[in-house]
Amino acid sequence: MTEPVRIFLVDDHALFRSGVRAELDRSVPDVTVVGEAGSVAEAVAGIAHLKPDVVLLDVHMPDGGGAEVLRRVRVAQPDVVFLALSVSDAAEDVIAVIRAGARGYVTKTISGRELADAVRRVRAGDPVFSPRLAGFVLDAFSDRPGAAPPTDPELDRLTRRERDVLRLLARGYSYREIAGELFISVKTVETHVSSVLRKTQLSNRYELSRWASDRRLV
Amino acid sequence: MSNPAPPVPAARPLYRRRSGRLVAGVAGGVADHLGANVLWVRATFVALMAVGGAGVVAYGLLWIFVRQEAPTVERAVVPRERQQALGLAALGLGVGLAASAVGNSALGWIVGPLGVAIAGAAVVWREADEAQRRRWAGAGGRAGWRAAVLRVLAGALFVASGIAVFLLGKLDMGQVQFGLLAVLATLVGVAVITVPWWVRLVRDLGEERRERIREAERAEIAAHLHDSVLQTLALIQRQSGSPREVARLARGQERELRTWLYGPGGYRRPGGDPVTEGLTEALAAAAAEVEDTYALTVRPVVVGGDRPLDDDLRALVLAAREAMVNAAKHAGVDEVSVYAEVEPDEVNVFVRDRGAGFDPDAVPDDRHGLVGSVHGRMTRHGGTVRLRTGPGEGTEVHLRMPAAQVVPTEEKEHAP
Repeated sequence: MTEPVRIFLVDDHALFRSGVRAELDRSVPDVTVVGEAGSVAEAVAGIAHLKPDVVLLDVHMPDGGGAEVLRRVRVAQPDVVFLALSVSDAAEDVIAVIRAGARGYVTKTISGRELADAVRRVRAGDPVFSPRLAGFVLDAFSDRPGAAPPTDPELDRLTRRERDVLRLLARGYSYREIAGELFISVKTVETHVSSVLRKTQLSNRYELSRWASDRRLV
Repeated sequence: MSNPAPPVPAARPLYRRRSGRLVAGVAGGVADHLGANVLWVRATFVALMAVGGAGVVAYGLLWIFVRQEAPTVERAVVPRERQQALGLAALGLGVGLAASAVGNSALGWIVGPLGVAIAGAAVVWREADEAQRRRWAGAGGRAGWRAAVLRVLAGALFVASGIAVFLLGKLDMGQVQFGLLAVLATLVGVAVITVPWWVRLVRDLGEERRERIREAERAEIAAHLHDSVLQTLALIQRQSGSPREVARLARGQERELRTWLYGPGGYRRPGGDPVTEGLTEALAAAAAEVEDTYALTVRPVVVGGDRPLDDDLRALVLAAREAMVNAAKHAGVDEVSVYAEVEPDEVNVFVRDRGAGFDPDAVPDDRHGLVGSVHGRMTRHGGTVRLRTGPGEGTEVHLRMPAAQVVPTEEKEHAP
């Protein structure tokens, strides 16, 4: 990678921002933090001005949180990539930011190196699914008896292969390991995960919209 | 710049206006609530006057039962609006007079003595509004105190004299009837004058109750934070020489707080699921134990809803715990993945690390761990163990337990 990935940090805790910035600056040379913001309004203005490649977004903030930033930025700058970063592991938070348009979700306990990996990956266009997110999505798309029938079969169902990939993600496998396990190429794994992400964002399945509406997003 | 569509304003709750009002802000408040023009609302009240004076009654009731808006939104009354409103008021008076003239004579007293009483009540109520406003404004409003008392007295006098004149008109009645009527009228008069204070009393009680609930909630949160987070922080400061210990404390505290915030029966879902010993919880407990003992991260992911623990599943959890311990002891990693999938006919648990791995054939027979504890346990309960490892490849233990005719607990609504 020749050009460093330009990152914008959004988090209302200044301490956490400086921590992430220090860790990324110190340990990862090909990622630079170009700016940071502590509120929704600051973030929207800063992102419009600096045009970063990737925005690291806190989920919980005053004035509507990360979802509000997503909603306001994506109208004008649809090509900015968002990676959500939160302390919360609750399903409604995870699903809500994903459905608002984030391309990945990692928790704040992630190490600097892993975070840089995740940033590079979303930058390259691939979603980042933590095992927990994979678990939530599997749950949301599971066909339990008594679940409402899907309204849009294309969006409301995962293919068998997508399910296999998700299962391995939830078991803590990397893309490369999944590719080896399923005898497919890494590229194909990425395609499957992207497709799952798209379905998670667009599907109207009851579970997904319920989780999102718990955070008053839909 | 992005310019998002403004959020659709939800219907505003009904409040009486505090500024930009003429009498009590009722018409303005109703207009704000309905999104209509104030002029039309006022005109409606005037039109209602024609129906036996219903406009006055409606206005009065709204005045009593609708609160004043709290935030200070400054609205100016345009002179034109004031003129329009005064015109409408005059029209309303005329309509009332006309209605009483053409209608039965019983309505005659509306514009006579009772009209005076109504005007008096209006003065008193308005003064009550002012008093509340001064209370909101804080101590700064002591200045108009004397005038306020005068106004209240004047209003009370109006009400009293209105009622008195009304009673004098009924002097031709018999003694007993007149006495009863006088008592009744006095009671009504007192009730009317003291309405604002009654209303405020009731509201203050409700407010106080809410405040008490908030207070109790705050106290609960404070107590919890004190017992958990503050204690842990104190411990961390004393252990700051040992990064391993600090990480262990922080991890344990994080898990505990997380459970409290997001877990079933936790703070955010009080009274949610009754805490039954289920598979999810047992696995989480096992993972927590291993985390605490061996100072590494274990985050179980459970898919497919919960199951009540039976003997087989208990064995499965214990076997999974043993596998985690094994990984913690021998793999040399700081993170272990645990994934459990609950299916109708079986439960699968995967315990995986990216550590050293080993050659299963090279493990001496006297090493008890995997073989005895995991394998033995699983086979005794009809489950299977699949081991996948190699030197340098990490280890994954796959535990599979067929489910004995168990009815899953939360088939329809499983907690996220």
